[in-house]
Amino acid sequence: MNTVLPLIVLFPLVGFLINFLLAGKLSRKLVGIIGSGTVLISFLLSIKAFLDLTALPADARIISDTLYNWMAVEGFSVDVSFLLDPLSAIMILVVTGVGFLIHVYSIGYMAHDEGVGRFFAYLNLFMFSMLTLVLASNFLLMFVGWEGVGLCSYLLIGFWFERDSATEAGKKAFVVNRIGDFGFLLGMFIIFWNVGSLDFQTVTALAPSAFAIGGTVITAATLLLFLGATGKSAQIPLYVWLPDAMEGPTPVSALIHAATMVTAGVYMLARSSALFVMAPTTMMVVAVIGAATALFAATIALFQNDIKRVLAYSTVSQLGYMFMACGVAAFGAGVFHLMTHAFFKALLFLGAGSVIHGMSDEQDMRKMGGLKKYMPVTFITMLIATLAISGLPGISGFFSKDEILWQAFSSDLGHPALWFIGMITALLTTFYMFRLIFMTFFGKERMDEKTKSHLHESPKVMTIPLIVLAILSIAGGWIGIPKLFFGATNFFEHWLEPVFAPAQRILHSSEAHHAASTEWGLMAITVTLSLGAFALALRFYLKKPETVTRLRESFPGVHRLLYGKYFIDEIYDRLIIRPLHFFSIFLWKIVDVLLIDGLINGGAFLVGGVSRVMRYAQSGRLTSYVTVFTVGVALITGVMLLLGYSIGN
Amino acid sequence: MIGAEHFLIVSAILFAVGVTGALISRNLIMIFMAVEIMLNAANLAFIAFARIHGDMSGHVIVFLTLTVAAAEAAVGLGLIMTLYRRRGSVDASKFNIMKW
Repeated sequence: MNTVLPLIVLFPLVGFLINFLLAGKLSRKLVGIIGSGTVLISFLLSIKAFLDLTALPADARIISDTLYNWMAVEGFSVDVSFLLDPLSAIMILVVTGVGFLIHVYSIGYMAHDEGVGRFFAYLNLFMFSMLTLVLASNFLLMFVGWEGVGLCSYLLIGFWFERDSATEAGKKAFVVNRIGDFGFLLGMFIIFWNVGSLDFQTVTALAPSAFAIGGTVITAATLLLFLGATGKSAQIPLYVWLPDAMEGPTPVSALIHAATMVTAGVYMLARSSALFVMAPTTMMVVAVIGAATALFAATIALFQNDIKRVLAYSTVSQLGYMFMACGVAAFGAGVFHLMTHAFFKALLFLGAGSVIHGMSDEQDMRKMGGLKKYMPVTFITMLIATLAISGLPGISGFFSKDEILWQAFSSDLGHPALWFIGMITALLTTFYMFRLIFMTFFGKERMDEKTKSHLHESPKVMTIPLIVLAILSIAGGWIGIPKLFFGATNFFEHWLEPVFAPAQRILHSSEAHHAASTEWGLMAITVTLSLGAFALALRFYLKKPETVTRLRESFPGVHRLLYGKYFIDEIYDRLIIRPLHFFSIFLWKIVDVLLIDGLINGGAFLVGGVSRVMRYAQSGRLTSYVTVFTVGVALITGVMLLLGYSIGN
Repeated sequence: MIGAEHFLIVSAILFAVGVTGALISRNLIMIFMAVEIMLNAANLAFIAFARIHGDMSGHVIVFLTLTVAAAEAAVGLGLIMTLYRRRGSVDASKFNIMKW
C-alpha cells in the first residue's frame, strides 16, 4: 500500500543528512530552518495520516505499509514495514508536534553555540529513530529505532564533549541502556521462539494460543521486555542515567529525556499489552516498580537545587505513574498521561532552558529568585505547566493523573495501596514543583550583579514554542475527560479501544462497578491534599524560608539522605561497578596477560627454539636435498616392503 | 622370450641411473636430464604394468605424463637459462640461497 508513513520517517533523515554532511558550510539560520522544516513536514504528514486513519471505521483503523522484506531465512522473516493504528497515530503526533516546537526553540537556544549544525543533525537523526520506533510494525524494526534513539541520546548528552562530566553522563546513559536492551533482545527471542513471528499484529493474534496464561515462558518474556523498558524509561533499578543526562543542552532534555524517548518504554508496554496481560506476575511487578519509582524519585526531587535535576527526577516520577497505569492494565490511561506529560514536561524543560539562558547558564536555583519581573512569558508558561503537573482540576495533568489514580484503585489488578502511593507522589509533586517556581521566580534576587545586568526575556523564537506548549498543557487533557464529568464517553480511551481490545479480551475484565461517589471522593482527597502541599511550599519557600533551615537542622539525616539521592549511585558503585572493575582487572592481568598471552607466546617461543636448531638442516645446496630426499624415499619404500605391503593392495 | 618383467628391470635400471645422476652431478642441466630419465623410467613401468594387467589406463597415464613433462621441461630449462644469465653459472653447488 502506498501511504505517507515512509515519508514521515524519511524527512528527518533527509534533514540529518543535509546538516551532517554540510556541517559548517551552511549558515546558522539555514541549519535551523532545515532542521525544523523537515520535522514540520513530518508533522503535517502525520496529521494527514491521522486524518486518513479517522476516516476508517473504528474497528478497522489500521494502515500498514511494507517497504521491503528485510531478511528471510527459513521460518524467520522480517519486513521493513510501518504500522499506523490509533496508538502509533497519537505517538507520531506527539513526537513530531512537540519535536517541531523544540526544534524551533533550539534555533534560539543554540544561537550562540559553535556546533549548531551538528546539534540539529543529531536532533533530526533522533526524530528519524523515534519515528521508526513508534511506527515499526514488528519488534525487530522497533528495536532498530530503540537503539537509534539510544545512540542519539548518547550523542546529545555528550554534545558539549569538552566537558568531562558531559561525556561521562553520555557513557553512563549508554551503558545503563545496554542492560535494558539486553533484556529487550532476550524477550524478543523468547517471543519469536514461541510464536514464530515478530510482527505485532501476528504476535497479538497468536499469543493466546502460543502461551499459557501466567506460564513461566510468558512471564519471563514480559519481564525481560520490561527490563528493556526500565532502561529506556528510567525506572528502578535502571533510572540512574536520567538525572545525569541533564548534562546535555536543555532542548535535548526536553525532547529526548522528557517528552519522547523516555516514554518509549511505556509505548512498548502498550504495544505488547496482549502479552503483558497474560502474565499477572509481570503486571504486578510493573505496577509495583512504577509506583515505587514514582514515590522514590519524587522524594529525591524535594531537595535538589539544580533546576534541571528537579525536573529530571520529576520525569522519572511521572514515568513511574505511566508504568503503574500499565501495570494495572490501564494502558489507555498510561498513554494519556504520556501525552499530557509530553506537553507540560517539555514546557517545563524549555522554560527552565529559558531561565538558564537568561541567567547566563546558571542552573542553581539558590542563585535565582525574583525572575518573574524579568521573564514574564517564561514565568506564566512555566506556572501553567506546574499547575498541569500538580493536577489543578480542569487542565491536562489533572485528567490524566486522576485517571491513573482511579484505575490504580479500581481496576481488577489495582490495589488501594497503589492508589495511596500515587496520591502521596501527587502531593510531593505539587510541593517540589512549587518549590521550584518560588525559588526561581519569586522572593529575593540572589544572583550577582553581572548576571542581573544580563537578565532578559528570551527571544520570540523561544517564547512562542513555550506559549504553544502552554496552550497544549491546558487543553491537551480535554480529549480525555472521564465519563464521570459530563457523562460523555472518554474520547481518548474510546479512540484507543481497538488497540487494547485483545488485551481486554484476555483479561475478561468485568467493567468494575465502583460507585461514582468513590471516584469523586478519591479525587477530592487528592486535590485537597495537593492544595495542602502547595500551601506548605508557599510557607517554606516564600513566606518563611527560615522554617526550612530549621527543619533541615532538626532532621539532618533525612535531608542528607534525600539530598544525596539515597546514595544509590554510590551503592551501585560499590556493589556493581567496583566488583566488575576488579573482576575486569583480574581478567586482564591474570587471565589475559598471564594465561592466554603466556600460552600463546610460550608456544611461539617453543616452536621458535626448535626451529633455531632445525634450520641448520637447510643448507640450501640442491645436491644435499636430493640426497636426503632419495635416501628418505628408499628408506620408506624399504620399510614398507619389509612390513609386507604388497603393491596394488 | 622377453616378458614384461624385463621391461620392469630396464625401468628399474633407468631409474637408478637417473637417481645416481641427480645425486652426483653438479651441473644443473645434467641434474635436469637425470630427472627426465627417472620420469621416463616411470613411464616405462606404467606401460609394463598396463601390459601385465591388460589395462589401457597405463598407456593413457603415460601420454598425460609426457605432456606434463614437456611443459615442465620448458619451465625448468627456462629457469636454468635465467639463472645462467644472472649468475653466469649452472653449477648447483654455487647456489645456496635457499636456506635460512
